[in-house]
Amino acid sequence: MSKSRIEARFAALKAEGRAAFVPYVMAGDPDAATALAILKGLPGAGADLIEVGFPFSDPMAEGPPIQRAAQRALSKGMTLQGTLDQVRAFREGDQTTPVILMGYTNPLITWGLEAFARDASAAGVDGLIIVDTPPEESGPLADACDAHDISLIRLATPTSDDARLKVVVARTSGFVYYVSVAGVTGVKEADAEAVAPQVARVRRASGLPVAVGFGIKTPERAAAIARVADAVVVGSALVDEVAEAVALNEDVTARVLSKVAALAKAVRLARQDLATV
Amino acid sequence: MNAPNTAQPAIPNDYAAYPDARGRFGDYGGQYVPETLMPLVHDLDAAYAAAKADEGFQAELADYLIHYVGRPSPLYFAARLTEHFGGAKIYLKREELNHTGSHKINNCMGQILLAMRMGKTRIIAETGAGQHGVATATVCARFGLPCIVYMGAVDVERQKPNVFRMNLLGAEVRPVTSGSATLKDAMNEALRDWVTNVHDTYYLIGTAAGMHPYPAMVRDFQAIIGRETRAQILEMEGRLPDAVVACVGGGSNAIGLFHPFLNDEGVKIIGVEAAGSGLDSGRHAAAINGGRPGVLHGNLTYLLQDREGQIEEAHSISAGLDYPGIGPEHSWLHDVGRATYLSATDAESLDAFMLLSKLEGILPAIETAHALARIGDIAKDVGKGGIVVLNLSGRGDKDVNTVAAHLGRTI
Repeated sequence: MSKSRIEARFAALKAEGRAAFVPYVMAGDPDAATALAILKGLPGAGADLIEVGFPFSDPMAEGPPIQRAAQRALSKGMTLQGTLDQVRAFREGDQTTPVILMGYTNPLITWGLEAFARDASAAGVDGLIIVDTPPEESGPLADACDAHDISLIRLATPTSDDARLKVVVARTSGFVYYVSVAGVTGVKEADAEAVAPQVARVRRASGLPVAVGFGIKTPERAAAIARVADAVVVGSALVDEVAEAVALNEDVTARVLSKVAALAKAVRLARQDLATV
Repeated sequence: MNAPNTAQPAIPNDYAAYPDARGRFGDYGGQYVPETLMPLVHDLDAAYAAAKADEGFQAELADYLIHYVGRPSPLYFAARLTEHFGGAKIYLKREELNHTGSHKINNCMGQILLAMRMGKTRIIAETGAGQHGVATATVCARFGLPCIVYMGAVDVERQKPNVFRMNLLGAEVRPVTSGSATLKDAMNEALRDWVTNVHDTYYLIGTAAGMHPYPAMVRDFQAIIGRETRAQILEMEGRLPDAVVACVGGGSNAIGLFHPFLNDEGVKIIGVEAAGSGLDSGRHAAAINGGRPGVLHGNLTYLLQDREGQIEEAHSISAGLDYPGIGPEHSWLHDVGRATYLSATDAESLDAFMLLSKLEGILPAIETAHALARIGDIAKDVGKGGIVVLNLSGRGDKDVNTVAAHLGRTI
C-alpha cells in the first residue's frame, strides 16, 4: 500500500500535467494538538504529499527556522512515538495523501530500524528521508524499508556528480529529493534556472520523479521551481509561520494553512501561466 | 547500523589495522553525514591517504613539529608526585610545553598542511575550552589562511582569555547560542558552515571523533605523543610502562598516547572521563560510563542520550571535556576490553589541579586534571617497582579564573 500511494499520486499529477506541492511540517510544533490540526488540514489546503519532520536535538543540516521548530516540539514532549500517533490519526481521515517522515537517524536506531519500519508502515507512513544516513550507511535501513513497503527517499545535491548520483539512486524508490542549494535548510534562495538542468540529470539517473527543496520561501519561487521539477517542497517558510503566529498569539493552524494554500495555488497554476505566456 | 552491545565483539590480532575500509572500528565510526558532504568526505579520505603515504608531506610535517611546535616534548619523572602516592613511578608526557600550550597543535599542524595540499583557502573549526581554537588560529596565522572558530556562547564566557588569544591571532570567533551553547553545538554550527561553503572550506576538526576519516587522521597526527613516549621510556627505564593514562573527552590526546601501545599486551590502557557532579547525579560528561551507542556528528559511538535518542547535554567543569560523545576508537577499545575507562568528578579534578601545582610546579589544564585525579589509584594499583605514564595534555593558565571561582576567590 505504502509505496503505491506515492506512485499513484505522482501518476495522477503527471496526468494533470502539474507538479506536486509538498509542505514540510514539524511533528508537535508548536504542540501536539495544533500540529495534528495543521496536518489534517494540509490536503484541503492543497498539499499533494506531506513531509512530517520528527524532532531531533542536534539537526546538523537545518537552518535556524527548523532548529527552532524542533526545539519547540521537543519542549512540548514530542517523541517518535508521538509522531507516529499523529500520522495514524491523520490516516483515519485520509487514505490517499502520501506521508513522508524526515529527520535524523539516532531516534530510529534507539527504536530499532526493523521495528520502526514495521510500526511506521502500520501507522500509515509511506516514505522516509533520513538526512544523516547516506547510501554508504543505509544498508540496514534500506532492508527494513523494503521489508515493510516503505520508500527510502534519498537526497541528491549540487555536489553529486554523475558517479555519485548512481550511488545515491541505488535502492531508492518513490521520488528523489534534490537539495537545490549547498547549505542548510531555509537560508540560501533556490535559483530555478540553475536547478532545471540538475533536475533533468537526477530524473535521468533515477527514472523517478524529482522533488526540489531547500531555499523555497515564496509563491513566486515555488511557481518557478514547479515549472522544472515534479514536486516543490517548502519547510522553513511554513515553520516560520508557526513561530510568528505563536509570537503574535494568532491562530496557528489558520495562518499555516493559509500560507500552504497560497503556495499550493502557485504550484498548481505554474505551468498554466507558462502555457499562456 | 543497529547499535551494537549484545554479541561479544571479536578481539583483533592487530589493533593498529583499524579502522577498516568503511571507516569502522568494529561497529563504531562510519560516515553519517548529509549527502552534500559525502563527496567532500570522500575527497578528504583520498587526499589524506595520499599525504600519509607521501614522504615529502611527512618530512615537512616533522620539520614544523620540531622547529615550530617544539617537539619532542619531554618525558618527565615526577618524583614528588610519585613519592606522594607511594606506588609506581609516575612519568608525565609534557604536551603542555608545546607551542600554544597543549597537544592540540600536533593535529592542527598536520591538518593545515593537508588543507593547503588540497587547495582549500578558508579554515573553520569548533572549540570547547578554546585550546583547539587557539591552535587552529595559530596555524592559520602562520600560513596566512582566514580562520573562523565556532565556540559555544557558554564557553566564550568561561574561556575569555582564549577567545582574546584567537582574536589576537587574527581568527574570527563566532559564539553559538543554539542548543546548550557548548562544544556539541559549536560542532553542529561548524558542520552547517561546511555544508554551506563546500567549495573552498576545510573543516579542521580538533578531536578524534566525527565522520571518517577524521577519527583515524586526528589519531595519526596525535600518535606522535605515544611514539615519542615509547622511545623515551625505553631510553630512560629500559622497558615499557605498566600503564598509560589520559583524560578523555572526544579523546584525541588519549588516543594519541594509547595507539602506539595497543599491541603491547603488558601495557594497561586507561582513559579518564569527566564525571561532573558525579555519575549518579545525571550531570556529567562520561559517554562510556554513563551513555550508550548512537549516532551524532557523523559517527556511531557512545553518547549521552535520553531513552528517545535525543542527545543530552554534557556537564563538566572542563569546557574541553564538556561533550556528550567520545571518539569511536575509544568506544571499540572499551567494548573489546583493551582499554579501561574510569571517571573523575569536578571536585576530584580541582584537588588534583592543586596537588600537581604544589608538588611539581606545573599548573595542569583542568581537562588533564581529570586524569591526574585517578593517577594515585593507578600508581598504587600498579605498585612499587612499576611505571605509569600520564599525558599532561595541556597547561592550566587558561583555567585560573575557573579554579579561583570554585575556591571562592576573586582575581
